[in-house]
Amino acid sequence: MTNKTEKIIRLSVSYLILLVAVVIVVYPLLWVLGSSFNPGQSLSGSTMFPENPTLKHYKSLFDIENSNYVLWYLNSMKISLITMVFAVLSVAFTGYAFSRYRFIGRKNGLLTFLVLQMIPNFAALIAIFVLAQRTGLLDTHVGLILIYVGGQIPMNTWLMKGYLDTIPKELDESARMDGAGHLRIFWQIIMPLSKPILAVVALFSFIAPFGDFILARIMLRSEEKFTMGVGLYELVSKQFGNEFTTFAAGSVLIAIPITILFLSFQKYFISGLTAGGTKG
Amino acid sequence: MNSNVTTKHRKNAGLLSIIPGFGQFYNKQFVKGIIFLVLTVAFFSSFSQTLNWGFWGLITLGEIPKLDHSIFLLIDGIIALLVAIIGLGIYAFNIYDAYHNGKKRDEGFLLNSVREQYHNLLDNGFPYLMISPGFLLLIFVVIFPIIFVILLSFTNYDLYHSPPAKLVDWVGIQNYIDIFKLDLWRSTFFGVLGWTIVWTFGATTLQVVIGVFLAVVINQKDLKGKAFFRTILILPWAVPAFVSILIFSGMFNESFGVINTQILSMLGIDAIPWMTEELWTRFALILIQSWLGFPFIFAMTTGVLQSIPNELYEAANVDGASIFQKFRGITLPMVLYATAPILITQYTFNFNNFNVIFLFNGGGPALPGQNAGGSDILISWIYQLTMTSGQYGKAAAITMLLSLIVITVALWQFKRTNSFKEEDMM
Repeated sequence: MTNKTEKIIRLSVSYLILLVAVVIVVYPLLWVLGSSFNPGQSLSGSTMFPENPTLKHYKSLFDIENSNYVLWYLNSMKISLITMVFAVLSVAFTGYAFSRYRFIGRKNGLLTFLVLQMIPNFAALIAIFVLAQRTGLLDTHVGLILIYVGGQIPMNTWLMKGYLDTIPKELDESARMDGAGHLRIFWQIIMPLSKPILAVVALFSFIAPFGDFILARIMLRSEEKFTMGVGLYELVSKQFGNEFTTFAAGSVLIAIPITILFLSFQKYFISGLTAGGTKG
Repeated sequence: MNSNVTTKHRKNAGLLSIIPGFGQFYNKQFVKGIIFLVLTVAFFSSFSQTLNWGFWGLITLGEIPKLDHSIFLLIDGIIALLVAIIGLGIYAFNIYDAYHNGKKRDEGFLLNSVREQYHNLLDNGFPYLMISPGFLLLIFVVIFPIIFVILLSFTNYDLYHSPPAKLVDWVGIQNYIDIFKLDLWRSTFFGVLGWTIVWTFGATTLQVVIGVFLAVVINQKDLKGKAFFRTILILPWAVPAFVSILIFSGMFNESFGVINTQILSMLGIDAIPWMTEELWTRFALILIQSWLGFPFIFAMTTGVLQSIPNELYEAANVDGASIFQKFRGITLPMVLYATAPILITQYTFNFNNFNVIFLFNGGGPALPGQNAGGSDILISWIYQLTMTSGQYGKAAAITMLLSLIVITVALWQFKRTNSFKEEDMM
């Protein structure tokens, strides 16, 4: 067998494998896109290429009188954005303190963060539920946001600290010589240099609450307070299959912006994860 | 100054500061002493009620049904516990400070003036000031719940002991004994644990194999359309997971789903009971998780592959290595070495992957002789015990067992990756 035929065989096998992979990846996505244009309501009749495509499911989602979809969308955006802002702020503070200062309790603090990031914060779901009930934060967005921000701190502090460790300490020292105070060094010297990692932390702490289901499900009771995840689940589970096409339209509307956001930032995701994860 | 210490300031100051502030007075640091003294008085006058009530509640969990709410007492008790810990911390610092300054006097150094103390406080206090907002939040939303679950696992809190009508009592390790001794609980626990392990290893390993394999295939030099394939294959990661899982749960629907009605019937295969037979649900779940999880590994591996120096492959070519030899000898070790820490977090992630289990089939199908569904993993079983059957005490005990497993694996991993051995890392 010559080199050339070997190459042809290798490449055609590769393309064939990739083709199968692409079909498997794309099929469910196209199927749901097709379902969302189906005229019928139920799962049984929906096909990928409907004969009489219609936009009526999209319209019904935006019919504010009969559908909470717009509310869910706004809730999700609101919760994720606020979580992002507070998570970035507190992670910047803690990461900076752990990276730049040597203080009593630092090592134990870091170790605590490390162990805490291993346990998903919904493992204590009973406690969260009872605690929220006791403090009156059940069925409020404030309670949910607090939990999300707290959950983001341990892991992202490690990421932040890992990045800050790579910024030379001589920079702060020379600034200190020039008489800059602690806060000034932090805001005017370190923060501008840490924009890449701040972007990564911001992305993580936006995506995590957006994709969360379980905590929102435990915390939120009334339909008009639901987030996207809980709302779509209710829509599909209440009468399984009977509202499937509406659900499909809702999924498409939520998946497209997130996918675009994700694809445009994916290289930061990967760099952020490898920077924090493989160090050491 | 000589090495023979003749004065005993450190001992005296340390002993005197058993009453907060007096050690500082002894060291002639009056401002600091007054601050400690005032703090102590303020602490007791404002918290003695909280502490008394809290500890009484924590120990008894209430005495009169309908009047005492055991669970609220438990929460107040934990708050009292935290307050007490903070108070003890300040107290310990007071003793340490007096002792430390006494030692300085013993060794003949001058103590800091009030002004210097103030500047010191600003400098040394700054990191604490910075971590305190995050840390406080963490105490309330993460550490507090953990303490609560630990304590709850030693109570008999369930539907029959449900405040305010009934009291909850401490039962020691009865919950743990029940889980391992009572037949129903034991068989369910080990059944669920077994499936959790199979699930974790099966689903994660499959997604790793697929991810690495596809990354290697696309990375071939003479393959065209790399950017296109990479973008498409990353899609399952980009679409929010809860959306995809709900879509799959529609596709796998037994009577109407597209898998049974179109794909399988096209291939001439009879409809498969995806949602009602335990084994098929499990099989479908592993397939779905592979679909959801492989793009992450794929993206990671692609990054690593691009950083492997070409000379390695050229040298292998000179030696006449085959494609598979190059893969086994160069590519695979490099990829695994670079991504190992992340691969392990994938395993812990799937171990607790509630979303896919719950959203696909609610943990079902229901099984006779068990109080967990056929595809329930530990975390979704805990959810069900808490939210539908009200077995709070048992659920807490199972949470403890689950955390034990996760923490063991995590610590083992971090010991291996050496991140602690480097001085600068910590």
